[in-house]
Amino acid sequence: MRYKTIIGLEIHVELMTKTKIFCSCTNEFGGEVNTHCCPVCLGLPGAMPILNKAVLEYAMKAGIAFNCNIARNTKMDRKNYFYSDLVKGYQISQDDIPLCEGGYIEIESKEGPKKVHLNRIHIEEDTGKSVHTEDGDTLLDYNRAGVPLIEIVSKPEMNSAEEARLFLEKLRATLKYIEVSDCKMEEGSLRCDININIVDMETGNKTNITEIKNLNSFRAAVKAIEHEEKRHIDLLKEGKNSEKETRRWDEVQGETIIMRQKGGAADYRFAVDGDILPIEISEEWIEEIKNSLPELPHDKKQRFIREYGLTEYDAEVLTQSRDIALFYEDTVKHIDDPKLVSNWIMGDVLRRLNDEDLEVDSLKFDSKALADLIKLVKDEKINNNTGKKVLRDMFETGKDPNSIVKEKGLIQISDQGELSSIVDKVLDDNQQSIEDYKNGKDRAVGYLMGQIMKATRGKANPQLVNKMLVEKLESR
Amino acid sequence: MDIINLSGWEMREKLLNKEISSREIVKSHLDRIDKVEENINAFITIDKEKALKDADMVDEKIKNGENVGILAGIPIGIKDNIITKDFRTTAGSKMLENFTPIYDATVVKKVKENDGIILGKTNLDEFAMGGTTQSSYFGPTKNPLDETKIPGGSSGGSAAAIAAKEVALSLGSDTGGSIRIPASYCGIVGIKPTYGLVSRYGLISLSNSLDQIGVFGKDVRDAVLMLNAVSGHDSMDTTSINNDIKLDIESLVDSLKGMKIGLPKEYLDLEMDPKVKEEMDKAINILKDGGAIIEEVSLPNIKYANEAYNIIVCGDASSNMARFDGIRYGYRAADYETLDELYIKSRTEAFGDEVKKRILLGTYLLSGQRGDEYYKKAQKVRTLIINDFNDIFSKYDTIICPTATNLPFNLGGSRPSKYYNYNEAINLAGLCSISIPTSKGDGLSVGLQIIGDRFKESNIIKAALAYEGMVK
Repeated sequence: MRYKTIIGLEIHVELMTKTKIFCSCTNEFGGEVNTHCCPVCLGLPGAMPILNKAVLEYAMKAGIAFNCNIARNTKMDRKNYFYSDLVKGYQISQDDIPLCEGGYIEIESKEGPKKVHLNRIHIEEDTGKSVHTEDGDTLLDYNRAGVPLIEIVSKPEMNSAEEARLFLEKLRATLKYIEVSDCKMEEGSLRCDININIVDMETGNKTNITEIKNLNSFRAAVKAIEHEEKRHIDLLKEGKNSEKETRRWDEVQGETIIMRQKGGAADYRFAVDGDILPIEISEEWIEEIKNSLPELPHDKKQRFIREYGLTEYDAEVLTQSRDIALFYEDTVKHIDDPKLVSNWIMGDVLRRLNDEDLEVDSLKFDSKALADLIKLVKDEKINNNTGKKVLRDMFETGKDPNSIVKEKGLIQISDQGELSSIVDKVLDDNQQSIEDYKNGKDRAVGYLMGQIMKATRGKANPQLVNKMLVEKLESR
Repeated sequence: MDIINLSGWEMREKLLNKEISSREIVKSHLDRIDKVEENINAFITIDKEKALKDADMVDEKIKNGENVGILAGIPIGIKDNIITKDFRTTAGSKMLENFTPIYDATVVKKVKENDGIILGKTNLDEFAMGGTTQSSYFGPTKNPLDETKIPGGSSGGSAAAIAAKEVALSLGSDTGGSIRIPASYCGIVGIKPTYGLVSRYGLISLSNSLDQIGVFGKDVRDAVLMLNAVSGHDSMDTTSINNDIKLDIESLVDSLKGMKIGLPKEYLDLEMDPKVKEEMDKAINILKDGGAIIEEVSLPNIKYANEAYNIIVCGDASSNMARFDGIRYGYRAADYETLDELYIKSRTEAFGDEVKKRILLGTYLLSGQRGDEYYKKAQKVRTLIINDFNDIFSKYDTIICPTATNLPFNLGGSRPSKYYNYNEAINLAGLCSISIPTSKGDGLSVGLQIIGDRFKESNIIKAALAYEGMVK
C-alpha cells in the first residue's frame, strides 16, 4: 500500500477515587454546579494541595495493567497557562518524571496480535467546566476542578482507524476491569485526542501531524481518523501538505474543522510544585498493588479458552467486561456445560442487554436462575423456543424459571401416548397436507409441525413429534 | 501602670490574676491605635468592634472559671498575606482590595483557639515582595523608632505595630528575611521558624519552598509564647512537620556555658555600617562573657545564595501570582472585549511594579530551556548551601551574624548600594533563626541574628534568652 497512516493517541481518564486529587471534596459526576468545591480545588489564595494517596494507587494499577515501569521517585509539577476554567493559572501535572513509563497494550489486529507501546502514564488534576449560555455569557462550574486524571500517551504505532478502535476498546475494558474508571465518554470520564499523519511510502513524503479533539465516542474517533486519512492523502496527491494544527471533529458535518494553528511548541514553563513533597514509591507498595489486581482481560480470555474449551471469539466476547465474565463463570458453576451457557449468554442475554443499552448488574435474575433455565431446556423439560420465551419473562419480571414454567403450564409434552393422539388428530384434520407430502412437498411437514405446536401451545417435544409425524405420514 | 508597656505574657498573667480585664487590655491598645496609627500606618484593616467583642468573650470565660488559651486577652496583629475568614485580606495589593476570604489560615485558627484577640491586619510590601514595606498599595509604614526611616519588610506592619505598642504580638512571614529585617529595624524580637514548624496553610504563597510564617514579640518570651501557639503539624500542609514540638521556656533559661557558636567569616567580610559593626563586636563579647565558645567558621557557597534565591523566588512567584486573573475574585478591569484582554488589563491595573518585575523575570527564567539553565541550577546551588550549613551544625550549636549590615534608610529613599545580607541563605536551607536587639538603647536598633539547625529552635531560644538577660 502506497500510503501509510500513523496514529498516536492521548487519552485522559478520570479516576473514580472517592475524593478529588488534592482535597477531600467528593469526586462524582454531575451535582448542583459549584457544590463539590472547597478553598483547595478552587485554588483560593493560601490554600495548599494534599496529594490523595488513592490517586497514586489507581494510576499505578493502570500502569501495572499496561506493563509500564513504575517510577520509584517522582514529583508533581506545575504546567503554567491561563484559562478561565483553570483556577490557579497552572495545572498540577507531571513533567519529566511520569509515574508510569513505557508499557504496551496488545490488540488483535487483522495481521495478528500487535503490541502498541505507550510513552507514559502520568497523573494530573482536571479543570473546571465552561458553560456557554445562549446569551453569549460563559459560566464556570468548578465541580470538576481537581478531579483526578491519568493521561495515557501511546507511541505513534497504530496504522488504521480499526487499530485505534481496538486499542481504545482494550484500554477501556482494562481500566473498567481494574475498576479505576467508569470510562464513560459521554460524561467525559474518558477523553481521547488523536495525532495523525500519513507517509507516502513511494516518495517518503510525510504530512504534518494533525491533532483531533472533541471526540465523544469511539465511533466518532474511527470516523474522524478515516476522514483525516483521506484529507491528508488527497493533499499528498495534490503535492501539498497539511498544516500543523488542531482540529475538532464535527459529528453533524461529519468532518474535522480547524480550531487553531500550532505555532512553535507551547511553552508551559514547567516547574516543580513546592507545596507537594517529592513522591517515593516502595517496592512493597508496588507488589501490594500488583497482588490486588484482578485477572486482566487478556489472561482471562486465555483461561476461558483453556478451561471451558471456548472458541477464541466466544472467549473474547465473554471477557469483554468483568461483570459478564463473572456472570458466565457463576452460571457455569450451577450447570456444568460451558458451551451451552456461552451460547445462551452470548445469544439471548447479551443481545437483549445491548439492545436496551444495559449492564449485567441491571439484570433482574441471577446466574442461578439462568442456570435453572438452561437445565430445563437441556433436560428437555421445555423446548428451546419455550426457553427463550421464559427468558424474556425473566427479563421482565425477574421470576424464577421453574415457577414461570409451572404457572404457565409450559412443561414439554414428551409422553408418547399423548403426543400420538395429538398427531393423529392433526393428520385427520389435514388430509390435504398428507396428499402434499405424498406428492413430495416437504413443506407439508413444517406446516403440520406448526399445527401440532399450536395444538399443544408450543409444549410438544419437537424432536419426538418430528420423528412420530414422519413415521405416521409414511404409514398412512 | 500603662498596660501597653507590658509584654504579652505579663498582660496574660495580670489577666489570669484578675488584675485587669481583657476589655481593658484591648481598649488601651485601641486607644493607642487612635493616637499613633494615622502616622505609623502599621495596619491595612482594623476591626475595633470585633476585637472588643472577642475581649468580652475572654472575660466571660474567665468569669465562669473556664480554661483559657495561652494567648488569652493579648492584642494581636496578623500580616495581611495570611488568610482570615470574613475579614478582608489584601496582601497589600489593589488586586485584593475587596477580597474577603471564606476560610481561616491554620495559624489564625490557632490564634483564635488560644483566645488571642486579633485587632487587625498589618501592612506589608505588596504580596510580601520587598524588604521595606514601601510597596504596599495602602501606603508605606513608618519606623516607630524614627518616623523618617523605613521599618524594614516585608512584614513591616507587624513589626511596627509592636514597636508602636499598638499590639503586643504579631504574625509575619519570612521568605528571605521578611521577619528578621523588620524585627531588627524596629528593635523587637522576630523568629523565622524552621521550614515546616508552622503550617503555611492560608499564607498567600510567594515562594513555596522558602515561605515560612513566623512571629514577633517585644521580648524573647513573648515571641516564644506566640510561636508555641501557632506551631505544630497540620494535615492541610503536607510540608509541615509531623510532630508537635513545643518550647518549654523555663527549661531554656540557662547559662551559655559550653554553647558552641560559629561566626561565619563570610559575614564578617561584608561591608557594615559602623554602628552595626560596633554593636556586633559588643554582642560577641557579651556572649563570650556568658560562657559561649565563639569560633570563626566558613560557609564557602553562601556567596551564591542571593542569585539562587532570586531565581527560585521569581520563578515561583510568577506561577503563584497567576491565579490572580480577575475571573473568580479580586480586581477586574472595567472594560475588556476578550478573555485575554480581561487578564491583561486586570493584572496591569492591579499589580504594582515590584510584583510585575518578578512575574516578568520569573516567566523569563522558566521559559523554554532556561528552566534547566537557571531554575534547576539554582536548586543545585541550594543543595550546596544546605551542605555547608550541615557541616557547621555538626560541630556548632548556633551561628551568629548581624541581621542586617546597615541601619534602616530614609522613607522614600532607595536602597543603599552596600545593602546586602545573607538572610536568604537561611530560607534556602530551611533553618530557624531569631533576631533580637543587640542593646536596649534609644534610637535606631541593630539586630543580632542567631541561627539554628532545622527544628533546633531550642538552641537559638536558649542563646537569645541568655543574651537578653545579659544585655543592658
